[in-house]
Amino acid sequence: MMFRSILGAAVASFVASTAFAGTLDDVKAKGYVDCGINTGLVGFAAPDADGEWSGFDVAICQAVAAAVFGDATKVKYKSLTGKTRFTALASGEVDLLSRNTTWTFSRDVDLGFEFVGVNYYDGQGFMVPKELEVGSAKDLGGATVCIQTGTTTELNLADYFRANGMEYEPVPIETNTEAQQKYLSGACDVYTTDASGLAATRASFESPGDHVVLPEIISKEPLGPLVRHGDNQWGDIARWTLNALVTAEELGVTAANADEMAANSTNPEIRRLLGAEGGLGAMLGVSDDFALNAIKVNGNYAEIFDANIGPETAIGLQRGLNALYKDGGILYSPPFR
Amino acid sequence: MSETQTAPPPASAARSHAFVASGDIPPSPPPASEVGPVRWVRENLFSGWVNSILTLLSLLAMYGLLSALVPWLFLNSVWSPDPMSLNGCREVNAHGACLAVINERWLQFVFGFYPAEQYWRPTLAFGLMIVALWPVLFDSAPRPMLWLTAAYPAIGYWLVWGGSVWGPALALAAPAAGYFVWLYGGVLINRIWGEDFGAIMSLVAGGLAMVLWWMFAVVLLDGVISDVLPLGLEPVESSKLGGFLLSMIIGATGIAASLPLGILLALGRQSSLFIVKAICVAFIECMRGVPLITLLFVASTLLNYFLPPGTEFDVILRVCIMVTFFASAYMAEVIRGGLASLPKGQYEAGDAMGLDYWKSMRLIILPQALKVSIPAIVNTFIGLFKDTVLVSQISLFDPLGLLNPIRADAAWNGIVWELYGFVALFFFVFCFGMSRYSMYLERKLKTDHR
Repeated sequence: MMFRSILGAAVASFVASTAFAGTLDDVKAKGYVDCGINTGLVGFAAPDADGEWSGFDVAICQAVAAAVFGDATKVKYKSLTGKTRFTALASGEVDLLSRNTTWTFSRDVDLGFEFVGVNYYDGQGFMVPKELEVGSAKDLGGATVCIQTGTTTELNLADYFRANGMEYEPVPIETNTEAQQKYLSGACDVYTTDASGLAATRASFESPGDHVVLPEIISKEPLGPLVRHGDNQWGDIARWTLNALVTAEELGVTAANADEMAANSTNPEIRRLLGAEGGLGAMLGVSDDFALNAIKVNGNYAEIFDANIGPETAIGLQRGLNALYKDGGILYSPPFR
Repeated sequence: MSETQTAPPPASAARSHAFVASGDIPPSPPPASEVGPVRWVRENLFSGWVNSILTLLSLLAMYGLLSALVPWLFLNSVWSPDPMSLNGCREVNAHGACLAVINERWLQFVFGFYPAEQYWRPTLAFGLMIVALWPVLFDSAPRPMLWLTAAYPAIGYWLVWGGSVWGPALALAAPAAGYFVWLYGGVLINRIWGEDFGAIMSLVAGGLAMVLWWMFAVVLLDGVISDVLPLGLEPVESSKLGGFLLSMIIGATGIAASLPLGILLALGRQSSLFIVKAICVAFIECMRGVPLITLLFVASTLLNYFLPPGTEFDVILRVCIMVTFFASAYMAEVIRGGLASLPKGQYEAGDAMGLDYWKSMRLIILPQALKVSIPAIVNTFIGLFKDTVLVSQISLFDPLGLLNPIRADAAWNGIVWELYGFVALFFFVFCFGMSRYSMYLERKLKTDHR
């Protein structure tokens, strides 16, 4: 989510000037990608009973590992808290941070990171009990609101209520768990956080139907993977791996049919994407079939979305903004050419 | 009447008495209200109307608590619903504890993400730890077992982290190397410096040899021997360690290392040697003056910047060192309190006996000071053990840190009480055990005149 650690920020900017060149060479030499992920967020990163991590953000790590090595298992996960994530990336402890991190100006510019794209367009929403009969966030004047302290959601909330001339009473909370308890016990009328988080929280309730997520989304939270400034080749690999997953959905390439398409497709775009022609991988410094390998791990963007956070899962998120541009969303990959 | 009584009774008069007691009348039992449970209850629970009201209120409170807890935890709890998820629990019984999450994840709670087929290694390490602790904690153990205790750190490290057997084995051989240098190099040193100064110099040389052995020879020889005779366990990375295993590693290391270090620091702080005293005071005050979480952040993130890139300095090792330093600073102050409680005569007695500094400390001062400090020492241990949960803040998966990833599983999102209760139970068992042991030790060492 949107924690900003003062320690992390200060130290990250302190070393931002240090150039880290040749991440790809380092990664190839050690034989795996160090990927920073969440310590646990429903749908985005969670270990199963055997300790295997999976989720929407984890799938990005696996795709990048497959793009570099042709083997999705050559990745080591480092679970990072909101406080440790930026220092871990800046100090080189991880090569890629795929931890539902909001792309903001200061993180991109001041902290010295490079967001390689957006894998989930999130936004801040509100959840209220149905019995309050609130239909719109505009009716929330005077409400008590559970809000995580020290996050951008706190600032967004203040902005929104001020802009609409409403009063509210904040109930500061520290973690999502605490928020669930407070909200369910009635300590606050409204719980506000990212819409994806609200959906996951609501799905965990005993009777989800008694609660509604209001239609208003009051902020932009583009979540995406990021790398360090100063190593464009490594950034390109991560960016074009993510783009490949989106393009694959656009072109109808799935985990199941990717091999067959690479061999038989006559569509030049597909052939370039999957490395059958064009030699795009060589320009990146990886094998030509990097996108094919990445797609074969967990499928294209739609398959990853549906498996982890889509309508069929417990979280049940709709594609919304995260649909392809031609389906009414804003996902749009530059062409593979 | 009095006259007839004083006269001795005639022999025939014996008949006139119906009964002569041949002994004391056995005491009649006290009234039922003055014995056994009834008396205990009357004296302890209902000794006055204030106490009676308090007793009734307490009983009411206990009933309220138990009548909620027992059905929730025992009668209505759900262990293995189908599907294994919070919603599965709710379908079976919505009013009970969803202990299915413990059922599914308890191995994760114990071992973290340790590879399942290697579980025997930390289990064996734990078993050996108990065996190694036995001679330390109880007098009943055979003394030679102390050798196992001395070797245990290397054995435990090797079992948990795996890798080549030669590294830990060579590390264990360091005292032998030091002894060798002390014995044979000592002869040479005696010749150079003469007998007066040679003894301490050869001791220094022996210590130096141990350090050099650890720093250089171990890595070098490990590589050479492993090439010739590879023998070892599959290595397990630190990121796989978690759960109670991690708590035990950090807690046991901190506890075992902080006591000797704390004793040295406490003695150093009282030393008359200026530099030694200054170093000890600075160390204690610096370590005690910052919160533990700060030290943990230094260990987990800041050190990365100071070390050359690519240095593999294990994060758990870093945390263990920081926790040990932190605890030893507290320990030093606790023991200083014990030292200060001894009358000056004890120190003078040691001097009067002609004992040197170390002997008088070992034989006279420390046994008394440590005995006085036992409750405070164990208090520090318990605090240290509980403080290990702070590592969840630096992304290590100790039992408390595991709660977040477990709840991040869509099946278990929303579970709170069961998970926290389980972790609390674990810590209670260990802390209570330590507290009981400290009381046993106090009783055993009780030699004062109270």
